[in-house]
Amino acid sequence: METRERILIRGRCVVPGRAEAPAFVTRQTVSGWGGIDARTGTITERRHEKAGQSFAGKVLVFPGAKGSSGWSHYFHMTRRLGSAPAAMLFTVMTTKVALGAVVTRVPAMTDFDRDPFAVIADGDLVRVDADAGVVEVFKRG
Amino acid sequence: MHLTDAERAMRDGERGPAVARAMDLLIRYGEALGAERLIEVTNVAGTWSSTTPWVQAGLDRPDDFATIFSRFNLDSDETVEMPPAVVPTCQLIHGIDTRNWQLQGFTADQAALQRRSEAHFGRRGVQWMSTCTPYQVGNTPLKGEHCAWMESSAVVWINAVIGARSNVEGRESTGAAAITGRIPLFGLHIAENRRASHRVRVECPPETMMDWGLLGYAVGEMVMEEIPVLAGIAARPRPIFLKHFGAAAASSGGVEMYHIPGITAEAQSEAEALGGRAPAHDHVYSPAERRRAWENLQSASDDAVDFVMLGCPHNSAEQMIEIARLLDGRRISPNTRLWVHTPRQIRALCDDGGITAAIEAAGARVMSDSCPAINRALPPGTRVVATDSAKQAHYLPAIAGVQVWFGSLEHCIDAALTGRWRGGP
Repeated sequence: METRERILIRGRCVVPGRAEAPAFVTRQTVSGWGGIDARTGTITERRHEKAGQSFAGKVLVFPGAKGSSGWSHYFHMTRRLGSAPAAMLFTVMTTKVALGAVVTRVPAMTDFDRDPFAVIADGDLVRVDADAGVVEVFKRG
Repeated sequence: MHLTDAERAMRDGERGPAVARAMDLLIRYGEALGAERLIEVTNVAGTWSSTTPWVQAGLDRPDDFATIFSRFNLDSDETVEMPPAVVPTCQLIHGIDTRNWQLQGFTADQAALQRRSEAHFGRRGVQWMSTCTPYQVGNTPLKGEHCAWMESSAVVWINAVIGARSNVEGRESTGAAAITGRIPLFGLHIAENRRASHRVRVECPPETMMDWGLLGYAVGEMVMEEIPVLAGIAARPRPIFLKHFGAAAASSGGVEMYHIPGITAEAQSEAEALGGRAPAHDHVYSPAERRRAWENLQSASDDAVDFVMLGCPHNSAEQMIEIARLLDGRRISPNTRLWVHTPRQIRALCDDGGITAAIEAAGARVMSDSCPAINRALPPGTRVVATDSAKQAHYLPAIAGVQVWFGSLEHCIDAALTGRWRGGP
């Protein structure tokens, strides 16, 4: 891992905590209710670029939430069912994603000093320290 | 986040443990949002539904409403009883139709549990309106009133059409708001955040219910969670058209507020809607965008329709009367089921006025309290669905694994009568 390229991003803490996991990156917003299977953390929205893939145990890097107000309840369920993401990094703040991150109780950050989509790709190892407001990205391969 | 003395007292337990847990959640939530403070709300719409398998998971007894409330309405690990709601509070759509539960595949025990939960939370001030459209059954906040509502299609209605102020809240934040009368000051509670940043030039003016659904579905994809102003709407829409428009725009995108000059509450003119600024983004809605929205909503290929779903968002009384008229003296196909959804209060009105009987005489069923997207309860063996709802057409493939045709009410009634989809754009 030490030979990998390492990139540092700073941002604002949304939910405190630390996590380290591979990245699951989508530039498309995610629906909670009607968009994920909370049992497996799989994206189920029909026309979503990540349809059929699971964010369980990964650092979910996404623009934010869309759709129903069931967003927080469904992400809350991923915590109870053991399929929550390890952390959430998002770029557009809304009440849905904020409340969802709070009740999922995983480290979460936003307001980054550089575009996370330009830096983080699927499978990169991401170390999130929300308390310190720092994301470390270790490029894959 | 700044707290008033009263809010600090609530946090510190002076009004009991549930209110303290509620304040703890609101503070975590407010800090996540970056909110400076909380704001007082005077109308809450959320869900205290207690019968879904996920909410029931891990309980010692199914009517342990205190544990359900603590976990899912307050995000609290400590178990606390719900104290009385301090502001008018209503229950939105939920999972079980207390009259048609059998048709939905629920057991008598589940229906009885639903009724017990209604009495439990009802005594604490939760009004079981049991619909995604509380604004159709008497819950109409005033312009400028700060609210904490769930249900994206209802939030966009009260913001845009009425000019009340709510963000799209969730189960946990409305649970906390009902017993504290507070929500974080953020987003659409702040006047300057309610102006449009996108302009959509409507070159293909909507005339019908289906047109308004298509426009909403296209606009949601154009603006995502931003606020649009629609330019070029000349004819006054019926209220049900705006209900469909908002629900569609909140499904394909995250639209919580929009403006139609001369029609919605906070836009006498395009300039007022834009707050005197130039739009940051300009879009065109032409026949090509309308066509694309129609195509995006279709997920079916098989024209043999098993099930027709009407009433998402829940039907108004006038829609029920229209359906009764279309079905009058006819009989739906033996191969097709037709469920028509309306709030329980409008169902009572339809029962008394002969509308329920007219619809059910054709072989259809009048349903309330729920919908297939909420409870996944479709008639057994359903593979192909037809609906006049862009929202239902958007969500049902992912939620229920079915193919869905989207079209007009007339297309859907035709499908119910013939068992075949013959709709088109």
